Amino acid sequence: MYHAIVFLPLLGFFIAGLLSFVKNNPASDKVAQILTATLVSVAALYSIYAFTINIVDAKVVHIKLFDWIAVGSLVVSWAIYVDPVTRIMLVVITSVSALVHIYSIGYMSHDSSKPRFMAYLSLFTFTMLALVTADNFLQLFFGWEGVGLASYLLIGFWYKKPTANAASIKAFVVNRIGDFGLALGIFAIFYLFGSLDYQVVFSKAEALAAGTSNISDTINFFGYQFGSINLICFLLFIGAMGKSAQIFLHTWLPDAMEGPTPVSALIHAATMVTAGVFLVVRCSPMYDLAPDVLSFITLIGASTAIFAASVGLVQNDIKRVIAYSTCSQLGYMFFAVGVGAYGAAMFHLFTHAFFKALLFLGAGSVIHAVNDEQDIRKMGGLSTYIPLTHILMIIGTISLMGFPFTAGYYSKDAIIESAYLASSGFSSYAFIVGLLGVVMTSFYSWRLMFLTFNGKSRIDEDNLSKVHESPAIMLVPLIVLAIGALFSGYLFKNYFIGSSSELFWGHSIALHHADHHDIPFLIYYAPMLLGFIGFFLAWYMYLKNKQLPHDLAKLNGPLYNFLLNKWYFDEIYNFIFVKPARATGLFLWKQIDGYIIDGFGPDGISKLVLNLSLRAKKIQSGYIYHYAFAILIGVSIFITYFIYKGI
Amino acid sequence: MSDLPILSIIIFLPLLGVLLLSIINSKSSGGERNLKQTALWVSTLNFVISIVMLINFDQSNVDFQFVENYFWINSGISYHIGIDGISILLIILTTFLMPICILASYESIKHSIKEYLIAFLILETLMIGVFCSLDLVLFYLFFEGGLIPMFLIIGIWGGDRRVYSTFKFFLFTLAGSVFMLLAIIAIYMDTGTTDIVYLLDYDLDHSLQYIFWLAFFASFAVKIPMWPVHTWLPDAHVEAPTAGSVILAGVLLKMAGYGFIRFSLGLFPVASSYFAPLIFTLSIIAIIYASLIALVQKDMKKLIAYSSVAHMGFVTLGIFTFTIQGIEGAMIQMISHGIVSAALFLCVGIVYDRIHTREIDRYGGLVNRMPVYAFVFMIFIMGSIGLPGTSGFIGEFLVLLAVFSVNTYFAVFATTGVVLAATYSLWLYRKVVFGSLVKEDLQDILDLSKREIIILFPLAFLTIFFGFYPQPLIDIIEPATINLISNISNDINLTESITQIESEH
Repeated sequence: MYHAIVFLPLLGFFIAGLLSFVKNNPASDKVAQILTATLVSVAALYSIYAFTINIVDAKVVHIKLFDWIAVGSLVVSWAIYVDPVTRIMLVVITSVSALVHIYSIGYMSHDSSKPRFMAYLSLFTFTMLALVTADNFLQLFFGWEGVGLASYLLIGFWYKKPTANAASIKAFVVNRIGDFGLALGIFAIFYLFGSLDYQVVFSKAEALAAGTSNISDTINFFGYQFGSINLICFLLFIGAMGKSAQIFLHTWLPDAMEGPTPVSALIHAATMVTAGVFLVVRCSPMYDLAPDVLSFITLIGASTAIFAASVGLVQNDIKRVIAYSTCSQLGYMFFAVGVGAYGAAMFHLFTHAFFKALLFLGAGSVIHAVNDEQDIRKMGGLSTYIPLTHILMIIGTISLMGFPFTAGYYSKDAIIESAYLASSGFSSYAFIVGLLGVVMTSFYSWRLMFLTFNGKSRIDEDNLSKVHESPAIMLVPLIVLAIGALFSGYLFKNYFIGSSSELFWGHSIALHHADHHDIPFLIYYAPMLLGFIGFFLAWYMYLKNKQLPHDLAKLNGPLYNFLLNKWYFDEIYNFIFVKPARATGLFLWKQIDGYIIDGFGPDGISKLVLNLSLRAKKIQSGYIYHYAFAILIGVSIFITYFIYKGI
Repeated sequence: MSDLPILSIIIFLPLLGVLLLSIINSKSSGGERNLKQTALWVSTLNFVISIVMLINFDQSNVDFQFVENYFWINSGISYHIGIDGISILLIILTTFLMPICILASYESIKHSIKEYLIAFLILETLMIGVFCSLDLVLFYLFFEGGLIPMFLIIGIWGGDRRVYSTFKFFLFTLAGSVFMLLAIIAIYMDTGTTDIVYLLDYDLDHSLQYIFWLAFFASFAVKIPMWPVHTWLPDAHVEAPTAGSVILAGVLLKMAGYGFIRFSLGLFPVASSYFAPLIFTLSIIAIIYASLIALVQKDMKKLIAYSSVAHMGFVTLGIFTFTIQGIEGAMIQMISHGIVSAALFLCVGIVYDRIHTREIDRYGGLVNRMPVYAFVFMIFIMGSIGLPGTSGFIGEFLVLLAVFSVNTYFAVFATTGVVLAATYSLWLYRKVVFGSLVKEDLQDILDLSKREIIILFPLAFLTIFFGFYPQPLIDIIEPATINLISNISNDINLTESITQIESEH
């Protein structure tokens, strides 16, 4: 069964990939679309089955496929390792992927290279599955970079668009910077523990922390002494920051919206970007031994949550607002991890996949309806034209804002409460930021909704008449996701964070028990209240008093521009990294290689030789009196010399 | 089977091909075709024979195999050849790339095709000889002899600045090798033999080792090439015909990597460990320096040439870690680079044949008309970046893993090369392949022909196959590597204990 889950999407990739070389053939397009969608759907059904089994029996399934690299003491295999954490990821990945595959049949119906798109989607699904089913860090790294490749291909899917090409390269390179940390972390793991298998590493880490092992508990890295486990966890987290678009390494995610919208839903909302959270949760036995790093994660996560939410407040591109929202929600997951609430983080990952994929696909439906317009300032009043999309997006929005009894309500509350109860580093910062983020989340979500669907339409008459509801093949996946966004919290809260959690998780994560009954009344209801405040603010500013946002923007010009320009991260990076790198390259090439090495080396020497031989040539003039003169001079020198020596 | 001098056959079969070529009349009708077919068949046959040898190769045996030892000059200098797990794969790589090179030259070489093919076949003999030699003089002969056909290939069939480039290539390499020749003579004077098998067990005087090491280093550093003696490579690549670049990147650079492992490590272990920090420093500089330069290149071949310098930096790094992972990583990196960079040069050659420019700005949007080309090119770009699942990853990963255990500074700096590699490679791909097809002369460009598919698909297959399953390579390399390391560590530990004893007294 697990073989099928992992390899069916790969099969789909191969077939659709081959079909993509067949040009302009509607029949082969259809085959590619239906086949890939079916294969991933079968994988999804299997995954759901595996997930339900987990509720009864959270056993570990470990299948070794074959050795990948076996060099000396390094032995790494291809494997399928399934425990509760994996099963959650499996169900998220395959079900969202299946829905996105189906949705794409409709969304990409006018595109000229459908099989290629389906092939990439299936490739992504396979690599993501390889990532989560790894039993060692190297296969994880394979999946990690594999999803990066798929993401690169999909962001740049419309390769004629220069912006899409730039965004795809940016995504790959920024992710590689994160991977740089991850790779170093993997080297450090092997250096210290002599293995890359999760189980071996975790047990040795625990022995090390308990003082019952002979592994050094400090390591010299770059001239400094670090705690061994601290260093490893820190380096791995750098990788997680890249993949999960945490502050400083987040700049690729908003740009990644250049890709087709189904891609944004699958990769840049529900699955790939959560790989960082998965990594930390997977390594929770080790992270638990590195409290300093957990504090750092809390700091980064909380800062990302507030930073991204603040930028989201003023963006005008429908997809970018949701992208920043994703970034912000990932921040929530990370500070949950940072305060040791691994279960809550996974729970939010799980519910977030539903409502965020719903929002993205909903946005796709809107974009589809308004002829590829993405600027919400140019929309408005769409609710009468595309009512079903409107309702479905409202469901996504209330789940995101944490409206009572929706999925987001349970998971986000669990995170904020965990931060409140925790006493680890930066937990109070995370708690305050988490609450502040709730207002902002609710505000930007409703701002988006009101500007898009309510008020008077800002679309001209011609285009407005063409606005149409999406076909059923796009709406059905939305409905399925909406069901998830509404009920997945209530249904599974007991397993993820409640009374059945110990049975559900088995030994797959480090579980901490905090007493949620100690939470004061006000704290308990604060997120909900703050969510309503955000809603009210958005309603007042964008439906009631529409002049207010413009006045505010004018009044706080610098702040508004600061947010609008995303805290100027891109500009700063361009200034301190991109430009100097190119300038250095040019300098090294022209000056060092060209002027110094070649100038003093081959070119210089050959010039010198040429020069000398030219002079030598002059001496050999061919005139007898020149030679006679030279002989005369020579003889007189010799004679002088011998006379002087006194022979 | 065992009685056949299979190694000598593989070495000298191409020369037989040369003989055949020289009697074919190229002026006759179909003469050119006959020439090409003959060269192709000879090189293919040689590949098949080398595969037979691979099948008969005993992986568990760490001694030299298929050994032939004949009297040549005197009792100390003989025709002694044989192979082990370190050399056999490089021989296969050579015999594998050779038919590809000949096939790649089918349409791009317009004049003196006969001489061109003869130069290539002679080059094959010499290259295989390098990897088989178990005698220093014999090795030197093959090693230096290879310069001449390459000198001609660049100088006669090259681009506009071919004369400058080929002289630069020749003089750079020759200057380095003079020192090696002197060292070989000195070794002969000292020990009375140049037999490598004998010398591997012979404990050379340590103070002499340092000098010999430096002399060999001078030669290999130029050839591989290391910073700062790398500047001949970009020029040579740019001017060389496509097949010349393929052989240069695919095999000639590996001769130096092989030399480092076999001679620097094998013969002068004490000096090697003494000079390892020097190698590390130069390698790190090469990786970062060459990658930064690659970022700003406007010429496709130059970009790939600089990326080669960076990739070979990983090879030298790995070799001088003296660990199993490091040395095997270096070996796999060499093989992978032999496949991937050869393929990248072929990819450049394919579009060069069509519109006769290597300038990146003259391209753009090729995917619109050349989807198959775009597909294989992508695989090789990913191999060059070292994406997991391609052969490029295995080598780089093993090397970096080993470097980390030796020194974290070097590991961090070397790993930055991985980020830079992604930047320049993807930039190249984007500029050439993606975008709209707007340039006038690209409008009718054709996708890969059957011949080009036959050339590129095996390379693409191997890039991915070894990425997922490098074990066949490892199985061959590992016993020889373990053997090498145990020899080295004996010597190094011995010196350490001697110096300890001396300091105690």
